Amino acid sequence: MHLMYFTEQPMSAYPEQAGRDFGATALMLSNKHFDPVEGSRLYNNYIEQYMLAEEVGVDGIMLNEHHNAPFCMQAKANIFAAVLAGMTKKVKIVMLGNPLPLAENPIRLAEELAMIDMISKGRLVSGFVRGGGQEQLATGVNPAFNRERFEEAHELIVKAWTQEGPFRFEGTHYQHRVVNPWAVPLQKPYPRVWIPGVISKETIIWAAQQRYPYIALNTSIEQTKKIWELYDSVAADVGYVGGPENRGYLIQVHVSDNEEKAIENARQFRWMQGEFTGLAHPVWSTPSGYGSPSARRTFVEFASGRASNPRGETSFEQQMADLRIIAGTPKTVVAKLKRILEETRPGILALWGNDGRVSQADSLTCIKLIGQEVFPAIREIAKSLDLKSPFEANAPVGIKYSTDLKPRKAAAAE
Amino acid sequence: MAGVNWTDSTIEAGGAKLHLQRAGKGRPVVVLHHETGTLDRLPFYDALAAHYDVLVPHHPGYSRSERPTWMRSVRDIAVMHRGLLSELKLKNVALLGLGFGGWIAAEMASMAPDDLSHLVLVGAMGIKPPEGDILDLAITGYVDYARAGFHDQKAFDRVYGAEPSIDQLEMWDICREMSFRIAWKPYMYSQTLPHLLGAVRAPALVVWGDDDKVVPQSVAKRYVEALPNARLEIVKAAGHCVDMEQPEALAKLVTNFIGRE
Repeated sequence: MHLMYFTEQPMSAYPEQAGRDFGATALMLSNKHFDPVEGSRLYNNYIEQYMLAEEVGVDGIMLNEHHNAPFCMQAKANIFAAVLAGMTKKVKIVMLGNPLPLAENPIRLAEELAMIDMISKGRLVSGFVRGGGQEQLATGVNPAFNRERFEEAHELIVKAWTQEGPFRFEGTHYQHRVVNPWAVPLQKPYPRVWIPGVISKETIIWAAQQRYPYIALNTSIEQTKKIWELYDSVAADVGYVGGPENRGYLIQVHVSDNEEKAIENARQFRWMQGEFTGLAHPVWSTPSGYGSPSARRTFVEFASGRASNPRGETSFEQQMADLRIIAGTPKTVVAKLKRILEETRPGILALWGNDGRVSQADSLTCIKLIGQEVFPAIREIAKSLDLKSPFEANAPVGIKYSTDLKPRKAAAAE
Repeated sequence: MAGVNWTDSTIEAGGAKLHLQRAGKGRPVVVLHHETGTLDRLPFYDALAAHYDVLVPHHPGYSRSERPTWMRSVRDIAVMHRGLLSELKLKNVALLGLGFGGWIAAEMASMAPDDLSHLVLVGAMGIKPPEGDILDLAITGYVDYARAGFHDQKAFDRVYGAEPSIDQLEMWDICREMSFRIAWKPYMYSQTLPHLLGAVRAPALVVWGDDDKVVPQSVAKRYVEALPNARLEIVKAAGHCVDMEQPEALAKLVTNFIGRE
């Protein structure tokens, strides 16, 4: 079991009323409300949190990035990854992930990640994401080619990491006549790639085809099971058996030494006014061409205010009941996490520990309890359930490096 | 004008199937629709069909025409429509472009400056506004964007209904996706088009609604400067979609400009 700490790095000092008055807290909420003095304080708080996380024994620190919104201060995950590469000694630096389509020059990403891998002495896990709709708009990238750019940038980066240069790359969205970066990853064949996601089937299918672990982001137990059903069926098609080493799960968990306080702080998981990434116009979060064509009709109904959010809108209490938010003392939390582990069998688990305006003192307490009490108990449970991480299972980095493939169709033909 | 007989057909041109609606007799007038696609029938189209052989091709990727996935620019559409005219053996047509269709019409004019009888651009996109910006589809809701095309919201209600159907919303999303595919950056204009319009011989009429909230009126002046033989008409009490909001006034301007035979 690979156990990680995660925070969205909330810009908790933004004036909430300004968001309410404007009617949105993402993409278009003016950055005149961003206070760099508070920003500086918070960035350094987050470094303190990560350092403590390493000290109390987490296996990995999960990083991500978003743009133009208070719910996440990381505008470039590689910056924090570089900071941690230099400051930490043991933890894996787990990018979940770099939004590939936003890159106009994926070679630059390949170089940055190779540097992070070398500086950290091989502790990088290089996850990749498509980026949310708003990220495309915030960076001026065409949402209609999001998936094509994702797949092509991935191909180019992996090539840059594994094929000797110089070589030429002539793609549909990326053309590079001289690919020859003088920075290559320390880990061979290349750093592990994990793919986080929330909803789109296409991403689950793609991850399974690549044999990359898929990290389900805060989905319900039922949704998570459906994700593994799909993943495992694609895995069987390409010739391997999906298992815990292919499965990751991120869940909002706040731990405290006091049940009431834990629940009070856990309410901050809803600090973006009930929305995962903040209040936004639906066409910002799902610009045309970004989503699946099969979801088009449902989406336009929602976007015009005639149907409820297809991603679901549930109350704090309901999310607690569904175990999508867990809060309490280590004992309560471990019991609930045990149920999730039994039902969904992941080999990678990330706890999203603190959000919104949870104080630094409470955040540090949470991290300490996670590292010293929750994770040791989870490790024991994982052992008893035989939940191995990709590292423990020595799983191949990707499909091309698999030596055990037995494609289902070929097997049937024999 | 209820008696206008429209025929619908699918024509293969330049490697894609284009939907074409056609009615009337006389000088061929090709109408190029907005980036929001087009309804099948509109009073403005009927008004023109009383005097001309009116052709309304649906742009590739819009309304009833299929989407060629290889397309990357608005000029690709212009080339395809040029191909359509060749396929139909039509020469020297009058081109009438509405909004985004105006951009396509201007591109078509620049490609074959001799092969055009008249050019009419109504609230045309395609040139970077010297002042102001073209309204951004990407950050505006479907209905809000469509409504922004009208000066009087009652006119919108008459055309689309106060609550446009889900089919209509879905169609707007499909059109929007195509616009992103071909006009994302720079958004809704070409940096080279104004420099290529100097060779256009045909007389041009540039029409703008006096309350265009989609394409700033500053673009009208740039078109009039760039086209050697152009003049400007402003339609009162009209937004960007002059054709849908003031169909009679626009039809009158057009028939006076093109002439009746």
